[in-house]
Amino acid sequence: MLSVALLLQITFYKNSHIMNTELLGVIGIFILTIVLAIPLGKYIAKVYLGDKTLLDPIFNPIEKLIFKISGINSAEEMNWKQHLKALLSINTVWFFLCFFVLLFQGSLPLNPDNNPSMTPDLAFNTAISFIVNCNLQHYSGESGVSYLSQIVLMFLQFVSAGIGMAAAAMIFTAMKERTTEKLGNFYNYFIKSCTRILLPLSAIVAVALVFSGTPMTFEGKDAITTLQGDHVEVSRGPAAAFIAIKHIGTNGGGFFGANSAHPLENPTYFTNGVELWAQMIIPFAMIFALGFYLNKRKLSNIIFGVMTVGFLLLVVPTVMSEINGNPAIEKMGIAQTTGAMEGKEVRFGPAISGFWSIATTVISTGSVNSMHDSSMPMSGTMQLLSMMVNAFYGGCGVGILNYYIFIILAVFISGLMVGRTPEFLGKKIEAREVKIAAFIAILHPLLILAGTALASYFAAYDTAMGYWFSGNATGWLNNPGNHGFSEMLYEYTSSAANNGSGFEGLGDNNPFWNITTGIVLLLSRFIPIIGPLAIAGLLADKKYIPESAGTLKTDTSIFGIMTFAVIAIIAALSFFPALALGPLAEFFTLK
Amino acid sequence: MKNLFSIIKLTVATLILFAVIYPLAIYGIAQIAPNQGKGETISVNGKVVGYQKNGQKFDKSNYFWGRPSAVDYNAAGSAGSNKGPSNADYLVLVQKRIDTLLLVHPYLKKSDIPSDMVTASGSGLDPNISPQGALIQVKRIAKERKLDETKIKSLVESKINTAVVGPETVNVLELNVALDALR
Repeated sequence: MLSVALLLQITFYKNSHIMNTELLGVIGIFILTIVLAIPLGKYIAKVYLGDKTLLDPIFNPIEKLIFKISGINSAEEMNWKQHLKALLSINTVWFFLCFFVLLFQGSLPLNPDNNPSMTPDLAFNTAISFIVNCNLQHYSGESGVSYLSQIVLMFLQFVSAGIGMAAAAMIFTAMKERTTEKLGNFYNYFIKSCTRILLPLSAIVAVALVFSGTPMTFEGKDAITTLQGDHVEVSRGPAAAFIAIKHIGTNGGGFFGANSAHPLENPTYFTNGVELWAQMIIPFAMIFALGFYLNKRKLSNIIFGVMTVGFLLLVVPTVMSEINGNPAIEKMGIAQTTGAMEGKEVRFGPAISGFWSIATTVISTGSVNSMHDSSMPMSGTMQLLSMMVNAFYGGCGVGILNYYIFIILAVFISGLMVGRTPEFLGKKIEAREVKIAAFIAILHPLLILAGTALASYFAAYDTAMGYWFSGNATGWLNNPGNHGFSEMLYEYTSSAANNGSGFEGLGDNNPFWNITTGIVLLLSRFIPIIGPLAIAGLLADKKYIPESAGTLKTDTSIFGIMTFAVIAIIAALSFFPALALGPLAEFFTLK
Repeated sequence: MKNLFSIIKLTVATLILFAVIYPLAIYGIAQIAPNQGKGETISVNGKVVGYQKNGQKFDKSNYFWGRPSAVDYNAAGSAGSNKGPSNADYLVLVQKRIDTLLLVHPYLKKSDIPSDMVTASGSGLDPNISPQGALIQVKRIAKERKLDETKIKSLVESKINTAVVGPETVNVLELNVALDALR
């Protein structure tokens, strides 16, 4: 609340009229999401515990039928390795399904606009980015995919979110106070996440969108003559269903090229609120679900508190700098009463566009309602930092996995500091778990910085790229200087955080970017799932030690601060030099 | 192998639920939505002149203009300029837009021009401008159309959309359709 008051205070200083209506919208949406996330969290916990819910009569028969068709026994208990095996094999099947649909979409049905088939490197990148819940999208929806492909991609938006949630559900089970190898059934968690959580929420959002003007039609482009007499074609499509799961599943892939800045994808201030709510609700609720599931409300409240503090620290400078506008344009003497408007839509304005840009990067949605490439340098810094930290709220299910790694590290470090055996929820954290956690924590900066270094090397020497890119390497930049560096840094950061937003000026549809980011996407999705699952599985199998006077308490604010410090140190130390070369340098040149 | 076969069958079953039943259900509901979910249109004398949500190009001097667009209002695509805030070429472009506005509206002071009129939107299809963006054009339109300035000003004011939350907007197409109806 304090930071909200601070936000009001600071922004009131300049462009005060924006405060009344626009900031009210931001605060309203944020509070509404938190309030609704608590009952949803309770419901999610019930779903994973197998308790009775109101929706049982609808979904019990559907799930029964699905399992009957596939011949899977959803009651069979699995250990963590079996969970992993199931998870990885089903993702492999989906990759090939999607890859071949995209590769041949030009000759497949449901293609009224006659869009061409994808090149193999673009199909590779697109298929991967949708199975890993990233949706990097090196194509534009209007001209790059057929309606059939859109529907297959929409399918992946459901199931990839379901995979993240199923992984989180296994970790919930493993955290229970007991010693066991049996951690529930992967397919059971997966299907229930999709049917009982993602599907009903998506249906509600889709209906809200359809009645607000988002199209849901299988007709192709419409040709019209405008009021002043120009001939234009207007792209449409089955968008509402797609956009709903795009946000509910924290996927972020747009139906249209401009994503949620597009007037059909996000027609009004109301739909903007709905889409913001939709992308935040499950990540918020999953944290509360953990508390209800383990009956440790205090633990989940502390986790939520730490994440919220981190989130607000990123939001406040962003919203402020967007409302205050571009200093370089201010010097030209015009009125920036509506803030920084390059890349923004009038119906949203700078306040909620700035807020969205942090929500979408913190939560790994990656949908945009303004163009991040044109954001103010301080906002760009915060957007990058959100993805570099990648542990505040986070994506559907995987958010909690990322935070889990930092809990393990914080337990270990604080255990050493106070001279107690590091324990988390009655299980001893030993060398093996810490090694895995450290490896996962280091992997993220490694992939981002190595990728950026490689691309910057080529750009710095303006290398002729041959097969990899038509022309010399600087040709893929849309902006010179520090901002150009930021474009490359953003692309790898977005890939490694499985986010999917971009500094979209970057020329990324070519073998170099399609293949390198594709590899980063794969590694940074599955290794950070394998790691936490392994740690949780190993811990679950250990002897349960009841809490005693010697136990380091993990549900206290002190431990919350400790976790925050670990996150801040890892993110700040690894990424500060890169940020200084990119958006921070631009910030100081613009002053 | 049996496992792989199960996974493929599971994929098919979930495809039917999420990629066929779900979109068809939403498609069914869309049939009672505005214009059956095909996108709301605006017609003049029974002829469709545009989509209500999509911005369209207005560059004739007797119409209110919308914002600069990176795709020139081609609604078969969409994009922002993606220009960074410190990009020198971009800043020159903004300066040029300011100069053009001042040239065709000689009565304006620089500080009257709102930033949305000289910056490209995120989608390239922004249907709206700020109320100030419309008001600065009133005098020009009045002169072009030989109409009373106060009449046009009150037309603009009647077309300002306000809400409890969110910015004030003016839909350029709706404003221009109403302008054409003005005698």
